[in-house]
Amino acid sequence: MAWQWFHRLGSPRWFYQKTSAWMPWLALASLLLIGAGSIWGLGFAPEDAKQGNSYRIIYIHVPAAFLALAGYYIMAISGAIGLIWKMKLSFVVMRAAATLGAVLTFIALFTGAVWGKPTWGTYWVWDARITSMLILFFLYIGVIALSHAFSREQVADKACALLALVGTVNIPIIYKSVDWWFTLHQPATIKFTQQSSIDPSMFYPLLTMIIGFYCLYAWTLIAHTREKILQREWRTSWVQQVMRGESLSEGKAG
Amino acid sequence: MQFQFDSLTAFLYMDGHGIFVWAAYGVTFAALAAVALYPRLQRRRLQRELERQRRIESRRRSVQASRARETEPA
Amino acid sequence: MSSPERTLIDYAPAARSVPGFLALLRSELLLVLRRSADIANPLLFFVTVLALLPLGVGPEPELLARLAPGMIWVVALLATLLSQESLFRSDFEDGSLEQLALTPQPLYFAVLAKVAVHWLVTGLPLALLSPLLAMMLNLPAAGYPALFLSLLLGTASLSLIGAVGAALTVALRRAGLLLALIVMPLYVPVLIFGTGAVQAALDGYAYGPQLAILAALLAGGTALAPLAAAGAIRISLDN
Repeated sequence: MAWQWFHRLGSPRWFYQKTSAWMPWLALASLLLIGAGSIWGLGFAPEDAKQGNSYRIIYIHVPAAFLALAGYYIMAISGAIGLIWKMKLSFVVMRAAATLGAVLTFIALFTGAVWGKPTWGTYWVWDARITSMLILFFLYIGVIALSHAFSREQVADKACALLALVGTVNIPIIYKSVDWWFTLHQPATIKFTQQSSIDPSMFYPLLTMIIGFYCLYAWTLIAHTREKILQREWRTSWVQQVMRGESLSEGKAG
Repeated sequence: MQFQFDSLTAFLYMDGHGIFVWAAYGVTFAALAAVALYPRLQRRRLQRELERQRRIESRRRSVQASRARETEPA
Repeated sequence: MSSPERTLIDYAPAARSVPGFLALLRSELLLVLRRSADIANPLLFFVTVLALLPLGVGPEPELLARLAPGMIWVVALLATLLSQESLFRSDFEDGSLEQLALTPQPLYFAVLAKVAVHWLVTGLPLALLSPLLAMMLNLPAAGYPALFLSLLLGTASLSLIGAVGAALTVALRRAGLLLALIVMPLYVPVLIFGTGAVQAALDGYAYGPQLAILAALLAGGTALAPLAAAGAIRISLDN
């Protein structure tokens, strides 16, 4: 029974139809959670004892950083599924995850840099986490650049999937080595989000934002995947139907 | 839970950190909005591309039809 | 009819590939040695760029000594990267890569042979040259053994990792920059532990652990990188 569902999931048309119902709810959830979380974090959470008001950037920096890293694994897993089960749809999700992940990594880097200025006096500090984030950014850019280099879509898909998998194996090694490198050169590490005890009044808005970001990620990933499916399958009759604005009937899985 | 600032101005200024906080939030939301709205742009492009294809196709068919009429015995 | 004696080949079918592997190694080596420019270029790059360093930052000995471990390692990395692009290129162009992919031997061994040869003509000479460059940059004597050993182990890993990038981009024209972009993040751990070893030696600490980690990265790379490169070659041949 589960296999049937899994194989139907591989059908672009089935995916497009089924996700149509989910999209408005995901969008609503994202807007509500991010909106509420931002207002809460910006205006209602108390000021930090050491950093003052600049710490409020945490409410966008941490969710973006979490998702940037999680997004890489989503991209790699989609690539692996595409390679193993030869599922076109999986490759489309991988490509969407690449773009999305790069944007989130950029957000994490930018907000991290801007946070650094009032906290440590400079925009760029080569600490372990920001350096690892930068390398993650290069990993994403590599996958995106590779995807544009091939003339045939299927070859590009497979090549990117392989690169994403190679990167996945390396990410823990890179993170650990950068961590070690940093402790070597800077004995006093500043860990502003790895506080063992974060005050609940600061934690709940953060949690709201993290969940909100996850919802937004899901919505955006599905939206990008849907568009790419339409682009790739433009010759099929069901796509022509969709482009004409007609709703799809419960037909065979395209 | 209470609002932490005395006035809207204080909210924007944030004891001097305002520019950093608002710049960070601003760029973040701009980037998120851009990536969220990008599919719309793709849809419009696809629409235009399909329109173009349809025009080319109908033009080709009408040229073929007129050629067929020409070679037809009267 | 029945041969009751079981030989090594029966227990490890891959051992059948060993004579083939050595033959491939030898032919690759002969091929590369004929193209002496391929060998000389990375080394010339290495030496000339490092000679530019004092011109760029000033001849102050202490400054050069501080920069030396990192600079030598980074330039060695770049030199390896430079020569990486041509690893599979000529074989791809004349069709012999496709032939290799079609043989019953696993592509793993062919890749391993090519990477081994690449290291022998690039990484090994770099490591051998490094004491000379270290002297020019005023590296204290304590750092020499660590520099040599870390480069020896590290450039081998770099060749292996670079082979994956070379395989992914072999079917693309002007892929040099893309290759560098792909491979750079993957090079970072090797760079960190390589320079870490030299720095530890200069500070008077034992650098064995760093070398051990480099060896571990090499072992892991030897096992996995040719597999990934073989997969990438098959994908590229499809293009």
